[in-house]
Amino acid sequence: RPHILLLLIGTHQFLQCWIAFGSVNEEGQKQEEFSEELLLKPLPDHKLLAHSHSQSSAPPSTSNGCHHHLFPKAISQLVQKFRVKEMELSFTQGRWNYESWGGFDPISSSNAKPPGVELWAVFDVPQHHIDASWKNLTHTLSGLFCASINFLESTATYSTPEWSFPPASGNVRYGTLPCEAVCTENLTPWLKLLPCRDKAGIALLLDRPSLYRGFYHSQRLHLTSTGSSSEGIDSGIILEQTLTVVLQPNSEMAIEVHASEKHIQPSWSLSSIFGKQVSGRYVLAKSSSVYLLLDRGLVAELKFPNKENGKSAANGLTSENFWSNPSFELSANPDRIFLEESSSHSKSLSILYMFQVEKYSESEPFDIGLMWKVPVAWFCQKTPLHASRFLMGSGNERAAIAISLKSTQFTEGFMSANSKDGSCELRVDVFQVVPWYVKVYFHSLRVFVDQPRAVSDIIEKIHVSPSKDKMSPGVMEVVLKLPCRVNTAALTIEFDKGFLRIDEYPPDANQGFDIPSAIISFPNFHASMEKCPVMSYTEVLLVPLTTPDFSMPYNVITITCMVFALYFGSLLNVLQRRVAEEERFLKAKAAKKTGRLPLLLSKLSAKLRGRRLEPLHSPPSSSSFINSKLVLKVILVAGLAVGWQYFFS
Amino acid sequence: MFVCRFESFDVYFSVVCCTAGVLALFLLPVLAKNTYISENALMPGSASPMLSNQHVSDGNRLVKDLTNPNSKSSETGIESHKIIAQYMLDLGAEVSFHKFHPQMNQFHPLHFFSSPDSGKIQENYSCSSYGINTVGIIRAPRGDGKEAIVLVTPYNALKSGFGEALSLGIAYSVFSLLTQVTWLAKDIIWLVADSQYGEYAAVAAWLREYQTPKFSSLSTPNAEMCPDVNNLFELKGHSISGSKFSNSFRRAGTMAAALVLKVRDQNEQFEDTINIYAEASNGQMPNLDLINVVNYLAVHRQGLRVNVEKLWSLLNSSWLKSLGEIFESLAKVAKSLYPKWKFGIPATEYVEGTATLASSLYYQALGVPTGPHGAFRDYQVDAITLEISPKFSLDKVWRNDILLRGGRLIEGVIRSVNNLLEKFHQSFFLYLLTSPSKFVSVGVYMIAFALLIAPLPMVAASLYVDANSSSNCSKGDSSIPSAITDTDEHSIAIRSWRWLNSAKLVFIVHLWGAIVSLLPYFISQIPDCSPTTSFMIWVLLSILSLLTLNSVLASPLACAKATQEKEWALVKSVTISSVFIGLGLMSVINFATAEIGALLMVPMCLLAQPLKLDVRAGTLRSFCRMICNLVLGHIAFPPAAFFLLKGMLDGFGNVNVGDFWMWVESLWAWNSATYLFIGMVQLPCWVLCISILFHTC
Repeated sequence: RPHILLLLIGTHQFLQCWIAFGSVNEEGQKQEEFSEELLLKPLPDHKLLAHSHSQSSAPPSTSNGCHHHLFPKAISQLVQKFRVKEMELSFTQGRWNYESWGGFDPISSSNAKPPGVELWAVFDVPQHHIDASWKNLTHTLSGLFCASINFLESTATYSTPEWSFPPASGNVRYGTLPCEAVCTENLTPWLKLLPCRDKAGIALLLDRPSLYRGFYHSQRLHLTSTGSSSEGIDSGIILEQTLTVVLQPNSEMAIEVHASEKHIQPSWSLSSIFGKQVSGRYVLAKSSSVYLLLDRGLVAELKFPNKENGKSAANGLTSENFWSNPSFELSANPDRIFLEESSSHSKSLSILYMFQVEKYSESEPFDIGLMWKVPVAWFCQKTPLHASRFLMGSGNERAAIAISLKSTQFTEGFMSANSKDGSCELRVDVFQVVPWYVKVYFHSLRVFVDQPRAVSDIIEKIHVSPSKDKMSPGVMEVVLKLPCRVNTAALTIEFDKGFLRIDEYPPDANQGFDIPSAIISFPNFHASMEKCPVMSYTEVLLVPLTTPDFSMPYNVITITCMVFALYFGSLLNVLQRRVAEEERFLKAKAAKKTGRLPLLLSKLSAKLRGRRLEPLHSPPSSSSFINSKLVLKVILVAGLAVGWQYFFS
Repeated sequence: MFVCRFESFDVYFSVVCCTAGVLALFLLPVLAKNTYISENALMPGSASPMLSNQHVSDGNRLVKDLTNPNSKSSETGIESHKIIAQYMLDLGAEVSFHKFHPQMNQFHPLHFFSSPDSGKIQENYSCSSYGINTVGIIRAPRGDGKEAIVLVTPYNALKSGFGEALSLGIAYSVFSLLTQVTWLAKDIIWLVADSQYGEYAAVAAWLREYQTPKFSSLSTPNAEMCPDVNNLFELKGHSISGSKFSNSFRRAGTMAAALVLKVRDQNEQFEDTINIYAEASNGQMPNLDLINVVNYLAVHRQGLRVNVEKLWSLLNSSWLKSLGEIFESLAKVAKSLYPKWKFGIPATEYVEGTATLASSLYYQALGVPTGPHGAFRDYQVDAITLEISPKFSLDKVWRNDILLRGGRLIEGVIRSVNNLLEKFHQSFFLYLLTSPSKFVSVGVYMIAFALLIAPLPMVAASLYVDANSSSNCSKGDSSIPSAITDTDEHSIAIRSWRWLNSAKLVFIVHLWGAIVSLLPYFISQIPDCSPTTSFMIWVLLSILSLLTLNSVLASPLACAKATQEKEWALVKSVTISSVFIGLGLMSVINFATAEIGALLMVPMCLLAQPLKLDVRAGTLRSFCRMICNLVLGHIAFPPAAFFLLKGMLDGFGNVNVGDFWMWVESLWAWNSATYLFIGMVQLPCWVLCISILFHTC
């Protein structure tokens, strides 16, 4: 019997895999699919972008009930329960450097996210249910991803973009948590959604220490479901999980300073940057491939042999032309090479090397490396306008937010393409959410453009929903139409720094308060074939608000208690005192012996009562004598004590 | 009889309070507490410094390149800016040049408490007069870019001494380290401030552009056209990492703290020392934690001696030494009585503490920032200036040593500030330093001030009561009570409003004070005026305006003489109350000014009495009072006080009348509230007291 059990365990894994594989294959059209890709792209500033993309799709839930083979059950339940049509959740650490890492290509445009957590969702429920669904969704996601997404539940933190947010629809809810710290505890649940976690396939590379050593780290989860009951055709749920990392290969290289090698791009390989290699493909994945993308600017710099031969050669290219180049060397032969021509820059093209992981196995793991031989420098394609946002002003009362847009040289191509009619225009959408304690004065919105043009021509549309205290944030959506020749444009809007109640301050109130990133999108430009516009996020701003001294309540309590004690004490004193008797007693006492001080005091009290003092006929000399005698005695005793102490110590 | 008793009690009270106030002021060095790091997140010195010899040699290379004679060939000093920018670029930092036009400090009436404005757009910028700040920014690799730490090194490319180059070397070695470290959470901005138009002006111009930029709809043709600048920008463009360089203004997030680093050229001391300058405009101080961190790291980690400003002339004064000895012996006795009473400090320490405290008070009272860090305080950024003065020698080992220790100090401070999650808020903002590691907090030093001004309301009230009742008595004596009983009530009503007359006088004098403090604005418009003549014009105009006001507004003094005998008491009472209000207000704005002002004004106000009365009385006491009054009347006159102070500090040989004008000019140029205080509180008070002294009653 133990023998059989052992055998069963031994074959268990294999059987399971086989069955799963079979089930995937036999269903034909309506199967659950999973595919994974890894894209590597050298960046101009000696860094490397690694972008892993895995997609699982599930057929409509009606076809096989609530059972799933590959698709994560948690997600499908979530979609069914809250009727999410589309949703995107991203966790980001670090900033995307739009200037040197580019912002135009699809990867940077859709994967560059603001720091912290960003969540938006489109619901397929009636209008009045949306907020409830959103609240439940935030709580669910918060539990699922070990993050404080549940803070997005309160109406003061999320907003309803009207039309500037890309999935333009009234059912969108959008919220961000700029100060959420992202770490492995968020990555692990994210990996759990993969069919094999990080145990096989490309996900094997996702080694935590090397991921979090990077300069930018963004994990994103995007799901689309068309599984609505109202529509006839279902395609189920598509879950896209992407992880974008910017890493510095060979960090020890950077220490060698001012040598000629400094300008050479560092050479890297998968094993050197991740410390791991891919040992074959994941058996359940439909496809699993690694891509190496050479940017347009880079390709233009590299001067491939075929380019010199002219355009005709580019058409009849052979693969050797592209991967044997004098300036770099690939450690593995690519399986396929794609050339991508862009619409605006017809001259330059980007090259995509594809490596299929299927061919490799445990004994012969896949590892790709890139060796640079000569220094190259290039630029990534930037967004048409570089957006940066900053705070203006000083003091604790008033300040202003400024969004400045600066032209990158990119627009020239666009301008030449569109300038036939003479009036070339560049549309820029600005979407800005401000928390309620930053009280924005929307009337103070000012637009500055360095071209002679009326402001009314520049602002095409504007939508503003003012904030309500403790209820909802302020939302500003502006559509600008800038002339293409614009060099700099700026938007400024003033705000008052609000006062919060003491219980509304977070525990770290002195850190300041965050204003979430503004979204700048350029609907004229599309990053990829699917018509999604080029987007960029601005910096998160930190507004130092006035904070109370948090020990103040205790001071106030103490002072109030003191005042109360004094008040009631004196009141009781006055109530129980018989003035006339008191005076008589005093007089009698004064007749006996009157010191200088009591006399003075009685005079003072009499004065304060507004009466004239009757002259006292008493010999003050004798009383002062007695008094001074007393004082002398006291001094004598004290002196004795001091002397005693001094003598014996 | 009662009144005189009350008055005498009043005199005792004021004498006791004033003495106690002055005594408490002198006790402050004894009462000073040791500093401690209040914010736990700072954790200074908990990590071992990472700055290695590699970075030091980097810094050395920059120093060599900058001191190389052929780098100074260019007349505008652009070459050295290019060198610095190239070095920054090689580290992978973002670099930009900030071109600015020096703004002359001008007198802006009513601009004293307004926030800094975003500079006027001047039409006639000339290409010849502009400065270039070189700014390098390191973005924290994993940070969110919300906050930044600023490191400032003033540098004059035209005539830079070796010290300035060395300070750049230190900053560069730290900067090169910070590009590699992984612990950075805040961005680092290194500002090489072009100090040819003054260090403060350069930093202030950069901050103005950073915090309150001016947007204009049309690109105005200004100095962008100047060939030199364009040249500068072009040359940088074709660098390898060209994307890191831009001629647009670059920003990082909210500034958490700023350090200004300077290296002094000459030094006669035998020890490497660091001077900390912290006073910003209107006596504002950075958070004490910042000073604590620097002090802790410099003393306990890098073995540098830390100094704060002292009034050196006080160090050798024998009376202070004897006072210190008295305190010391008292403390000894107290300790022998009860061993737990340990408040004494050695006499030498006391003298040093007093000298430091005096300079701390003086610089805070002046309201003029003691360095470029003052510009940051206007934007609520905590900043200090560190001036390293090394023992001077020329060998390479020494230079490396200074680079290493200075660099490690800066690195440690930056690392501490980087650890901060919140802005500086834990420790004190209101304090006086008595040594780099000792401070007097607001709760203690307020006592001295409160004791000084406590008699004022008492005396004012008693004088008022006194004047009323005495005239009552005198009236009762002189007139027949039965004859005019029905007009008596009327006269009582008039009498109870009599103080209005003196209030009017006080108001007029204060109005005159306001006019006098506005006059320099017009005088400064006169071209080609030497300070002495300006001062003379000012004095003449002031006297003229006083006479005019006096004659126009019904000459209250003469009127008073005619009607009331005790008028001076009422005037004194109102004066004292106005002084009390003025001092109270000033103590909120700038404590040190109020303290020094109280030291001068309170005795004068309390003692003021018509000289005629004293002469008439002819007793020893009144004679003493007369002498005191005369002396105080001279001392409390603002110019006299200034010259006296200056003479005491620098010697009386080189006292010039124009100096006061210059001093006042510097005060208003820096928008110091002290100027307002002198013009609108002290001067009117002095005039009123003098008028009381010469009152004819």
